[in-house]
Amino acid sequence: MSIQWKDYSSDGSYDELITASGNSRVAARGVVRYIKSLSDQDMRERRDAAELAMQVMGITFTVYSEGEEGGIDRTWPFDIIPRIISAREWKRIDAGLKQRTQALNLFIADIYGEKKIVRDHVFPHDVLAKSVNYREQCAGIRPALDVWAHICGSDLVRDSDGTMYVLEDNLRVPSGVSYMLENRLVMKRVFPELFENYSILPVDGYPTRLFDMLASLSPRPADYPTVVVLSPGIYNSAYFEHSYLAQQMGVELVIGSDLVVTEDDCVYLRTIGGLERVDVIYRRIDDLYLDPEAFLPDSVIGVPGLMRAWRKGNVAIANAPGAGVADDKVVYAFVPAMIRYYLDEEPILPNVPTYLCMYAAQRERVLANMDKLVVKPANESGGYGMMIGPAASKKVRQKFAELICKDPRNYIAQPALSLSTAPTLCDGHVEPRHLDLRPFILSGESRHVTRGGLTRVALKKGSLVVNSSQGGGSKDTWIVETGDK
Amino acid sequence: MLLSSVAERVYWMSRYIERAENTARIILVNHNLLLDLPRNMEFGWEALVTITGSLELFQQHYDEATERNVLRFLVADQSNPNCITCSLGMARENLRTTRAILPRATWETLNDLYAYARDNKTSGMSRRGRYAYMRRIIDYCQLLAGKLSSTMSHDQTYGFIRMGRNMERADMTGRVIDVRASNMLPSLSEDLKPFDDIQWKSVLDSLAGYQMYRRHVHVRIRGRAVLSFLLKDKLFPRTVHYCLAEVEYCLRGLPGNEPSLRILGRAQRLVQEVDVNDILSAGLNSFVDDLEKVHAQLHSQLTATYFAAPEEQAAVPIAATS
Repeated sequence: MSIQWKDYSSDGSYDELITASGNSRVAARGVVRYIKSLSDQDMRERRDAAELAMQVMGITFTVYSEGEEGGIDRTWPFDIIPRIISAREWKRIDAGLKQRTQALNLFIADIYGEKKIVRDHVFPHDVLAKSVNYREQCAGIRPALDVWAHICGSDLVRDSDGTMYVLEDNLRVPSGVSYMLENRLVMKRVFPELFENYSILPVDGYPTRLFDMLASLSPRPADYPTVVVLSPGIYNSAYFEHSYLAQQMGVELVIGSDLVVTEDDCVYLRTIGGLERVDVIYRRIDDLYLDPEAFLPDSVIGVPGLMRAWRKGNVAIANAPGAGVADDKVVYAFVPAMIRYYLDEEPILPNVPTYLCMYAAQRERVLANMDKLVVKPANESGGYGMMIGPAASKKVRQKFAELICKDPRNYIAQPALSLSTAPTLCDGHVEPRHLDLRPFILSGESRHVTRGGLTRVALKKGSLVVNSSQGGGSKDTWIVETGDK
Repeated sequence: MLLSSVAERVYWMSRYIERAENTARIILVNHNLLLDLPRNMEFGWEALVTITGSLELFQQHYDEATERNVLRFLVADQSNPNCITCSLGMARENLRTTRAILPRATWETLNDLYAYARDNKTSGMSRRGRYAYMRRIIDYCQLLAGKLSSTMSHDQTYGFIRMGRNMERADMTGRVIDVRASNMLPSLSEDLKPFDDIQWKSVLDSLAGYQMYRRHVHVRIRGRAVLSFLLKDKLFPRTVHYCLAEVEYCLRGLPGNEPSLRILGRAQRLVQEVDVNDILSAGLNSFVDDLEKVHAQLHSQLTATYFAAPEEQAAVPIAATS
C-alpha cells in the first residue's frame, strides 16, 4: 500500500499500532509490514470482500426510523485493519477485569443484603437512595451463587500516555459480543494469510462459556437445564445479537409472549406440545420492562409473574434484576474503593478520574472547568446526553452548567482523555481514528474474560464518539503472543 | 421442544418461499407460452393474477391486465402481499426471527435471494431480463429447500417447514388446475383444437411436471390424463395426492394431531375417490372449490392446534369435521 507510515500521525494520541516515531509496535509488526506490501487496489478489494461477507452473513444492527419500509436493518461499518494488543499486556487487563467484576458482584449482593459498605461509610447512603437503577423489589433476595452481574461489558480507553483506564461498566444488558465473534470470522475470510504467521488468541469459545455459566445457575441442577434468551423482539437494536447467541448456544430465543408464569410460580415455554418448564433466562430486556406485575405495568414485552418465580428461586435470571445499580456513573467512581473494601487489594486497572457533582467542592471545580471536562449523566448509555467540554459551544456549556446545578446527583465530570487511535481505512487511504475496547466478563462459579473484546472506532475524523448509533464502526481485536513473554 | 411461535414462523417462511417460486414459475411459463401462441389468440396475463388468488386486489389497483401491470403486480407491487419481493421479504422476516433455530447457511441464502429480488426487480419485469430473473428466483428457492432438507435435522421444526411447503404446493396445484384447465375445458370432448396441447403442456410446466408426465404417463398430452396426473399421481412431488401424503407424514410426528388428521383424511378421500370424467361433466370449479375449502379448514386447524397460545387454544372451536 502506498502508505508512508512516517507521515502517519495521530496528533499526540497514543496509537495502538504505530509509535510516535513512525515504527510499528512489536505485536503489530507483521500486520503493518503486510499492509504496506498491499497496493491500494488490494486494500479496496479486501474491504469490499469484508463488506460483502458482512452482508451475506447478515451481520446487522437495527436502527429505528419511522416510515421506512423494510430498511431497519443496517450492516455495521467494519474496518479491516485489526487492533492489536500484546498477550503480555492483556494478561494484566484480564486480571484487572476479573478483580473488578468480583468486587462489583460483592457490592450488588451487599446493597440488596446487609448494606455493610454503607454502614462502614465507604459508600454514601445518599447515592443509593437516589439511584434510578436500585430496585427495592430485589432487596433480601439471594440469587444462585450470590452472583448478580453474570455478564459484564466494561469499556476500556487508553490515554495519550498509554495508560488503559476503565471508563464504565455495563451491568444491565451489555451488547456487542456477537460483533466481536463475527468480526473474527470476517477477518478469517478476508485475510487468511495473516492468521498463518501470527499466533492470535481465539475468541470463539465465548458461546460455550456463556452457556456453561448460565446452565450452572439452574434451580434444577439434576436435569439438563432449559435455557432461553429473552429478547424484546425484532425491533430491538441488538436483536441480531440475541438471535446469534441463542443459535450459538443451541438454546431457544424467545420473546415475552412465548413465556408464561403459572400458579405454581414456575416459568414455562409455550410449545406445540403444551407448556415446558424454563430453568434459566438470559434476559436482554431492561429491568423495568421485565415483569409488568412488579415494574412498569404497561410493559408489553415482559412476562407477568417473572419476578415472583425468580424470588422463589424457581428460575434464574441473568443478569439478575437490580444488577444495574452498579451501572451508574456515580457508583462507578466508588469502584476502586469497593475493590479495597471487599477484596483488600489495590485496583489493577485505574478508573478515569471522576468528579462527582453531588459534592459541593467537586461541583465547583467542574463548573469552573467546563471547557476542559467531559460531563456525563449518571444513567445514560449509548453516548447520549453528554457534553464534551473542549468541543462544546459556550451555549451548550451554559446549558450543562444549569443541568448540573439542578440535579447534581445525576452528573459526573471527567477530564477529556485523548482516546488512543489505530490506522483505519478511510476513503481509500489509511488515517488514525479514535477507538475504545469493550471486553466481556462472565461470572458464575468462576470468572472468564473474552480474549480481547469489541473494538469500536469513531469513523469521523477527530471524533471521540464510538457508538454504533452515532457513526461508529468496529475492528477485529487481536491478542497476539509475541516471542518475548 | 418446539415453541408455538417458532412453529408458526417456519411454517409461514416455507409457504412464502414456495409461493415466490411458484409465482416465478407461472410467469416464466406464461412468457414462453405467449411467444408460441398466435397473435389473435386470447390468452392474456390476467389468468396469472387469478391463479395467485389476488384478482380482486389487482382490480382495485389497475384498470387493465396488461403484461406490464400484471408483471408489476406479481413481482414488486408493495400493495400485493403475494408478490415475489413481498413473499421473499416475509419469508426473510420469518427466518430472521427464527435464525437461532435454522441452519445458518439458509439465512445467508435467503438474505441473498431477497436482496437479488429487490435490487433487480425492474429487470425482472422487463421482457429481456425476465427469464434470468425468474430462473434465479426459482433456483434459489430450490437451493433453500435443498439446504433445509440436507443441513437440518428432520425434527418437528423441519416438519412444519415441510408442511408449509406442501400446503402451499397443494394449494397452487389446485388453483392452476382451476384457472388453466377451466379455460380449456370446452374443447376436451372435441378433437384437440390446435394449440390446446401446448396449453396443456404449459399447465404441466407451471407445476414443473411436463417431463415427469411424459415419462410416467404414457399418453400424449390430453386434458383428462393431465388432470388425473396432477391430482392423483403418487410419485410426482407436486400433485395434490403427493402433497397431502407429505402433510400426513409430518402430522403423524406431532402431538395432538387427531383433529388435523381427520380433516386431512377428508381431503385425501376427496382426491382419491373422484373420477376425472365426473369432474369434467359436473364442472371443474365445484370440485376445486371443495378441495380449497377442506384445505383452508386444515390450515385453520393447524393454526388452532399448534400456533395459538394455550389459553386461546381452548377458546378456538375445533373446525367442523363432518
